Amino acid sequence: MSGKPVLHYFNIQGRMESIRWLLAAAGVEFEEKLIMCQEDLDKLKNDGLLMFHQVPMVEMDGMKMVQSRAILNYIATKYNLYGKDMKERLLIDMYTEGMADLFELSFKVILGPPEQRDATKSLIKDRAKNRFFPAFEKVLKSHGQGYLVGNKLSKADILLTELMYCVEEFDASLLTNFPLLQALKTRISNLPNVKKFLQPGSQRKPPMTEEKLEEARKVFKF
Amino acid sequence: MSGKPVLHYFNIQGRMESIRWLLAAAGVEFEENLLMGQEDLEKLRNDGLLMFQQVPMVEMDGMKMVQSRAILNYIATKYNLYGKDMKERLLIDMYTEGMADLFELSFKVILGPPEQRDATKSLIKDRAKNRFFPAFEKVLKSHGQGYLVGNKLSKADILLTELMYCVEEFDASLLTNFPLLQALKTRVSNLPNVKKFLQPGSQRKPFTTPEMFEEMKKSFKF
Repeated sequence: MSGKPVLHYFNIQGRMESIRWLLAAAGVEFEEKLIMCQEDLDKLKNDGLLMFHQVPMVEMDGMKMVQSRAILNYIATKYNLYGKDMKERLLIDMYTEGMADLFELSFKVILGPPEQRDATKSLIKDRAKNRFFPAFEKVLKSHGQGYLVGNKLSKADILLTELMYCVEEFDASLLTNFPLLQALKTRISNLPNVKKFLQPGSQRKPPMTEEKLEEARKVFKF
Repeated sequence: MSGKPVLHYFNIQGRMESIRWLLAAAGVEFEENLLMGQEDLEKLRNDGLLMFQQVPMVEMDGMKMVQSRAILNYIATKYNLYGKDMKERLLIDMYTEGMADLFELSFKVILGPPEQRDATKSLIKDRAKNRFFPAFEKVLKSHGQGYLVGNKLSKADILLTELMYCVEEFDASLLTNFPLLQALKTRVSNLPNVKKFLQPGSQRKPFTTPEMFEEMKKSFKF
């Protein structure tokens, strides 16, 4: 037992990637137990390790944590990435929940019906460009500080950076009109822990492709 | 200005109902600005009151709060319904996020394609009975206390009670094998603030049927 957190999930970004980003940015080394086949998942279920029979699951501080938001909030609190008081926590949560809407759409591209993929991709680009990125650019402009909340790195900055890398996969030009967001992305990417995480060979997972999805369908029952 | 929180949302349960339950259980009086047509929603947007152009929005403590989870977390913190430390907050979040999965399915019955309604209802009943209710019954059994976390009323107890009323609309027998959940539902329902909220004439909204939603949609451009 190394004492490091252990992340249980499939070998994809999915709902674990934000947790990987947050731990990495906090400088926390972690291990991964990658679920490669249905039997791996069934074993976790049968051993009673998954409260709702689902992953992500993170073993940390003697607990088997499930539900990605619960896990992210715990990590953010533990490593001082959740603001200094309840008003800052509210802002961080508001911004993070807005980002979650876009992340959910990116899951829908993969998990939804193939015939709807193009429509969902269009929606992602439209929402990023016209709803979410303008809102976050406006926040940065309003206070002129280098981080979204309280002039200090938080869960919100880290997850927004992850989101910007994610939506660029759909359209590399989406950040064109958002200079402050671009600056934030650069600033976060240059933090030593994040820089290391962005290097090849780290535990960061690549974006999903249709080929990988088809492979996964063969191995898992879905 | 009364100083009371003001809730901006449609005249349905939807994503505001959990917030109504939490405020009511905390004994906080609130006002509602019910959106009855597209013009009402446009006004909020044009006045720049909705960070992501969406409702729910709650005006409280000088802020225009959006994103239901952010709002719920703020209210829970303010009124001491979020546990005593980060480990209790984790448990409350884990349980609440499990409940959110079931609530999302109940939204899907209304918002999804009519031809999928029966399948979604079956899934709700199956998940409640075989995944979520057993998990929460097990928690209550494990410590034998009257509340889910820390022997004290929290956001988790209030939202689970709301959820139990919700899923009973789909199948009144779903709680049959869960005596501790039934006891929790009764206990929380009998708290004076909750009892008042459960009376006719309160701000609690009726169970939304797909037909009600179709009627409402006519006044909006969804």
